[in-house]
Amino acid sequence: MIEVQDLTKSYGDVKAVDDISFTVNKGEILGFLGPNGAGKTTTMRILTGYMPATSGTARVAGFDVFRDSMEVRRRIGYLPETPPVYPDMTVEAYLDFVARIKNVPAERRSARIDDALAKTNLEDRRSELIKRLSRGYKQRVGIAQALVHDPDVIILDEPTVGLDPKQIIEVRNLIKGLAGNHTIILSTHILPEVSMTCDRVVIINKGKVAAVDTPQNLTSQLKGGQKIKIEVEAPERRLREVLAQVPGAGRVEIDPERAGERLMVVVEASQGNDIRSEIAAKIVENGWRLFELRGVSLSLEDIFLELTTDDATHAQSSS
Amino acid sequence: MHGLYAIYRKEMGHYFVSPIAYIFIGLFLVLSAFFFNLILTAVIKESFQMEMQSMQMGAPPNFDAPAEIMRAFFGLLSTLVLFFTPILTMSIYAEERKRGTMELLMTSPISEFDIVLGKFLASLSLFAIMLLPTAAYMIFMVLRSEPMMPWRMLLAGYAGILLLGGSLLALGSFVSSLTENQLIAAVITFSASLFIWVIDAVGRDSGSSAGAVLQYLSVIRHYEDFTRGVIDTSSLIYYFSFIVLFVFLTVRSVDSMRWRRA
Repeated sequence: MIEVQDLTKSYGDVKAVDDISFTVNKGEILGFLGPNGAGKTTTMRILTGYMPATSGTARVAGFDVFRDSMEVRRRIGYLPETPPVYPDMTVEAYLDFVARIKNVPAERRSARIDDALAKTNLEDRRSELIKRLSRGYKQRVGIAQALVHDPDVIILDEPTVGLDPKQIIEVRNLIKGLAGNHTIILSTHILPEVSMTCDRVVIINKGKVAAVDTPQNLTSQLKGGQKIKIEVEAPERRLREVLAQVPGAGRVEIDPERAGERLMVVVEASQGNDIRSEIAAKIVENGWRLFELRGVSLSLEDIFLELTTDDATHAQSSS
Repeated sequence: MHGLYAIYRKEMGHYFVSPIAYIFIGLFLVLSAFFFNLILTAVIKESFQMEMQSMQMGAPPNFDAPAEIMRAFFGLLSTLVLFFTPILTMSIYAEERKRGTMELLMTSPISEFDIVLGKFLASLSLFAIMLLPTAAYMIFMVLRSEPMMPWRMLLAGYAGILLLGGSLLALGSFVSSLTENQLIAAVITFSASLFIWVIDAVGRDSGSSAGAVLQYLSVIRHYEDFTRGVIDTSSLIYYFSFIVLFVFLTVRSVDSMRWRRA
């Protein structure tokens, strides 16, 4: 449904989007994950025809976003970072306006507006002025606006920003409900959002694609390794030596602030090795007092940080 | 076409749902009524003096009071227009950009031309509605003058003020499309309008062919013909080209927003 090939967007010398490629299949929900300023919004703006790319191509439903912009715009519903609403309009008048500029025929307009209001739970606010609505309701009006013409592709730039936890769950359920009939791209910098709603994730950093996979694969395969947390009373240098002898053990980190008392230690284990029992045995062998020992699997959060942190700073922290 | 109509409808709604339209229409009415009254009193006083003079001299009075009033009144309207149009146009694009709604318009299947022309026609409509109440005084002038004043003078006057207003609105829209700041838009529009207003005075003194060109370029020079009841083709061409030029420039400027860093 959406094909992005070698897309680049430069502002002067700065490359906001640097040679990214990915595809989205029909009916899929693709999550766009990255820190602020990674190029998520720019990519979305190119896809919606708001701004042209510097080089590369992007196609929506087979149409080039630049050359056949009108065809693409007909098929896309788009929620920008800030909901593009007119404060002086009522919710219903606003959706009617959007339906008109999105080319919804007169006879289908009121049915489409009702549908969008129902999907976003806004029916009881339809006659209210948008300026009187709370941030969360405005955001919903923004989402309703993206649905009103029943587009094939829906692009949502940070759809859950500014919502309370209950509304966030509602919006996520709404998005999941839309998949299948619609192809959806959503951007976020909130990780759980991706694992909860998306079929696939594109992790983007500094304008480049860092990884593309399903949330499950990213958690289990990409960094299948385990971390082991240990709380123990032991001399620090000796403990390091002992842990280094355990086969399969990797980097050892000891919380420096607690040196001298009980040590908080994190040991990275290489993939596929369960070294918990061996560590326990070594500690007991040395006669140290063990308080806690547990395995922690790498969360999406860790992977995200791993992928989006500079190599330079990463090397520094591990040395 | 559907896009143009949708934009036009939205803009008119915006004017009339918010206090904008009522404040404009109300203030314009108060000011124009005040000045009309002033002009009426002054011209009537003058016409009495003329009559006295002619009685002393024994010659028939050569003073067309109704035409005099009309010319003064339309002259005054043009000055009010100079102050009102920059305020009317300053927010036309600046506000959409600030609110982020420009992004909605530009990712919708409507052309830049639809957006620009829809907005221009809406501002012109509000301007025409603003002028409408003043027609009451003018119709009164036509009907109560003796001999009855030709309707043509009235129609030419309104055609002139609409063309003049349309030109300044087109100029103002263009300026508004260049900046996000409404105050800057208003100040630049006002200064530019004033400049093409007084360019006429510069041309008048020089007497050279360059001066003639400057005179032709002045918005107010062409307007004077209309207030005398004359509809000159060259003036029509001038105003239409002016409007078309600035609508075209606005379309280009809106299109270029895509290429600028947002």
